[in-house]
Amino acid sequence: MNPSVAALRATFGSAIGRAMELCGDTIVYVDRAHLVDVLRWLRDTPGQAYDYLVDVTAVEYRDRERPLEVVYFLRALARVADLRVKVELDPAGELAVDSVASLWAGANWLEREVYDMFGVTFRGHPDLRRILMWETYAEGYPLRKDFPLRGRFSRAEQVRQALNANPEAHYSLEELSLADVQAELPPDMVDRLRRGERGTVPHSE
Amino acid sequence: MGKHDVSGIASPNWLTTRAEALFDWVKQRVDPAVNWSRANSLWPMPFGTACCAIEFMAAAASRFDFARFGMERQAFSPRQADVLICAGRLPFKLAPVIRRIYDQMPQPKWVISMGACASTGGVFDNYAMVQGIDTVVPVDVYVPGCPPRPEGLLYGVLLLHKKIKGESLVTAGLRDEQPLDDRGLRLPPATIDEISEPFGNSLHQFRSA
Repeated sequence: MNPSVAALRATFGSAIGRAMELCGDTIVYVDRAHLVDVLRWLRDTPGQAYDYLVDVTAVEYRDRERPLEVVYFLRALARVADLRVKVELDPAGELAVDSVASLWAGANWLEREVYDMFGVTFRGHPDLRRILMWETYAEGYPLRKDFPLRGRFSRAEQVRQALNANPEAHYSLEELSLADVQAELPPDMVDRLRRGERGTVPHSE
Repeated sequence: MGKHDVSGIASPNWLTTRAEALFDWVKQRVDPAVNWSRANSLWPMPFGTACCAIEFMAAAASRFDFARFGMERQAFSPRQADVLICAGRLPFKLAPVIRRIYDQMPQPKWVISMGACASTGGVFDNYAMVQGIDTVVPVDVYVPGCPPRPEGLLYGVLLLHKKIKGESLVTAGLRDEQPLDDRGLRLPPATIDEISEPFGNSLHQFRSA
């Protein structure tokens, strides 16, 4: 068992649910109200230092009694240690959990994918849109157990809706253009962009 | 003897006869030359989405080299292409893209559907995949295989040569554009549902229209 679990229990007490070891990986359940606090503690505490969010995904079990889970794969790059944190969503209420995009910027697209495939809402996410399916996709959330393998509409209706989608509607020019957001970028990124790929300031400057 | 019979010029059959003679002349003299030059200078527009594109690249490279069959120049702009080769599966998200590429290609144009997924959806009989690109664009040659070997693609190209050499400039409607209908479909809805009929483990899935 990963020693981080004992440290989590000592720090957060009842917010930490059951923990288990499976195929050498440690899985720990966390109360969804304390998720962001727990993950921030795991990231910032020197002994833990889980600085890399490998993946965010979700699980829906065939057993309808079990709630839908959101899974966070953490890795401490310096210590070469892994930890899997799971959150059970409210089976009766809305499928929602706090976003961790403020902790790891990489969580942005991962959470969008979970939203796209499972319909889980991430509260506080900066840009919660579909990422794999197109934005006007109306058939629901494909990886949910109640979703038919071939989708909900007939093939003809699917072709019609797909052909009527605008292939250019996904990203605006502003989103793709760095020039317009240059002022909002962090200074180190501006410097890196200015130096270019070779890492040197051009002679003209 | 009526005045109309004097030379035959004013007979009702005169125009028809002259037109038929002209068509015959086109079929015998012009078509072979035009079709020969078209078939032997096909510029392919590769639309590679999956593993078939790897075999497509092999077919384009030195060992198989479809430049031997006149496809010397690959046109990465649809506006300079003759044949659209869809190599790989087509998700619904790419359906409007390939349709726009097809619409941008100038006539005469042909389409090769390379591989099982592009032709029928293949193993990807699911919510995300177009079940055969012929529901989106008209297809001339289907190349089976998963993926087809480069020889298979070359055979498909030779079949396309054969098809082109059988075409005639005087065939009405041969080069007509095939726009989407007012429903936004290329085939009637019943046809699309029929050629993508349910089977296998999701046989019991409902098909609400």
